[in-house]
Amino acid sequence: MKRGLSAFNIAAVALGLAFLYLPIAILVIYSFNASRLVTVWGGWSLQWYRELFADTGMIESAWVSVRIAALSASAAAVLGTLAALALARLGRFRGRLLFSGMIYAPLVMPEVITGLSLLLMFVALNTDRGFWTVTIAHTTLTLCFVTVIVQSRLVGFDRSLEEAAMDLGCPPLRSFMSVTLPLIAPAIAAGWMLAFSLSLDDLVIASFTTGPGATTLPIRIYSEIRLGVRPEINAVCTIMIAVVTVGTIAASLLGKRTAMQRERAALAAQV
Amino acid sequence: MTAASEFIKKSRSAGAVLLAPYLWLLVFFLAPFVIVLKISFSQTALAQPPYSSVFDLAAGWRGLIAFLSGLSFDSYHLIASDTIYLLSYLKSLEVAGVSTAILLLIGYPVAYGIARFPRRWQPVLVMLVILPFWTSFLIRVYAWINILQRDGILNGVLVKLGILHAPAAWLASDTAIYIGIVYSYLPFMVLPLYATLEKMDHSLLEAAADLGCTRMRAFWLITAPLSVPGIAAGVLLCFIPIVGEFVIPDLLGGSATPMIGQTLWTEFFSNRDWPVASALAVALLCLLIVPMTFYERLQRRELEGRGNA
Repeated sequence: MKRGLSAFNIAAVALGLAFLYLPIAILVIYSFNASRLVTVWGGWSLQWYRELFADTGMIESAWVSVRIAALSASAAAVLGTLAALALARLGRFRGRLLFSGMIYAPLVMPEVITGLSLLLMFVALNTDRGFWTVTIAHTTLTLCFVTVIVQSRLVGFDRSLEEAAMDLGCPPLRSFMSVTLPLIAPAIAAGWMLAFSLSLDDLVIASFTTGPGATTLPIRIYSEIRLGVRPEINAVCTIMIAVVTVGTIAASLLGKRTAMQRERAALAAQV
Repeated sequence: MTAASEFIKKSRSAGAVLLAPYLWLLVFFLAPFVIVLKISFSQTALAQPPYSSVFDLAAGWRGLIAFLSGLSFDSYHLIASDTIYLLSYLKSLEVAGVSTAILLLIGYPVAYGIARFPRRWQPVLVMLVILPFWTSFLIRVYAWINILQRDGILNGVLVKLGILHAPAAWLASDTAIYIGIVYSYLPFMVLPLYATLEKMDHSLLEAAADLGCTRMRAFWLITAPLSVPGIAAGVLLCFIPIVGEFVIPDLLGGSATPMIGQTLWTEFFSNRDWPVASALAVALLCLLIVPMTFYERLQRRELEGRGNA
């Protein structure tokens, strides 16, 4: 098929990517600036990283955020996968419309509304707010993203494999474990990663639902940013960007390798 | 309906599959809204928590009557009468509308360009668009503070080039809000557009070319109409959250007219007026219910249409 790739197409993509990456690049470069002023380049330095690692408050917040993200992403992966199975496999059931509404609405719901409503409920239930309330809030938000990712995988794959297992007398739970689960595992992993990064990223919902002793990293960064640009913040951001970049690239390479191995295995089976 | 799902449906495991996520969402998503609704009809009180409850569940039927007669419309009355709230809503709609239009203008050529690249390049380009989305929202806004502040890079470059004589104030303005929003939401616009453009049947364009149609005309007659689902998804995916946006206007915008998300935040955290904050949330939700219903229908068609076919 002929695909005319015009200069206009290349320019649009190049400009778009430049727009997306230039600000991040500037942020990263200035985290290595020896000068405190943003306009003055004082040579390369790791000074701000040293100061960052001496900042125990920041480290503590990072640890709180990572724990909340890991817990809520895991809970969301389980609940989201179950929800996806229900939507993709159960057909019509009573309350389906309400259920799918509750799944798709949080995807676009303004965060101030979700945060406010969850907080008011925690207050009404008289719960102590802190680590667990943020975890519950993040699970609620991210499980919907997991559902959408897993669901699109479930409708995409060949259902005859499941049916074959059933026809051969495999009980439902076992056929799920040995046929369905391995097929949707990459989608669940992708959903977990997205949930993890969304939780790590969230400021608004965490601000509403947190309590004393559970200051997450975004809440701390936000309160510092309001006071203006500080090179230490550039250093935190650079570390977060590095972690995310390495994680995403590693995941996609891993995904590619397993796909290649599977293809090779399929080829070998045919021969 | 296949044999397998029939089997799942009949077995008891069906209930178990559905029960956990259903209950979770009922308790942590739907119930909180009912509470917001309830508190929006409460009266502001100087207490902890700062509202007086108007519904006592234990009192039963008589309680319900007392509840209905005790409903307070004070908060709604306040947000309808004080123009600051109305202006806030209008400002949010304006910002969301204009920035969604800019996003479409920038996002479409990018998505179109990616879809025209050779197949093996496309996953890499898509990944490059997604990657900034994985880095923190807050970081991306902060990156722009670095650039736009008075002694920031933009002023430095413009002054050095002689375009500006003195540093200009970029931050704390609507321009800064638009830059921040367009930057943060660009992946949300590009990805759904790419998804539809990539699926497009190119033989249609070839047929049009064979029949003597110019490229420009072919674009308007074929490509643009076929990409309408992608445009709709991208527009809704950007417009709805932007209306309620808080972080970007708070960090990049000025204090002239706050967006509705900021007003809600101030009412809640600074003024500690929970009933008014709740009433604002209810009003915001009423405003967004129509586009959200459209989005939900789109999602359902996308994810379930294929499966049940």
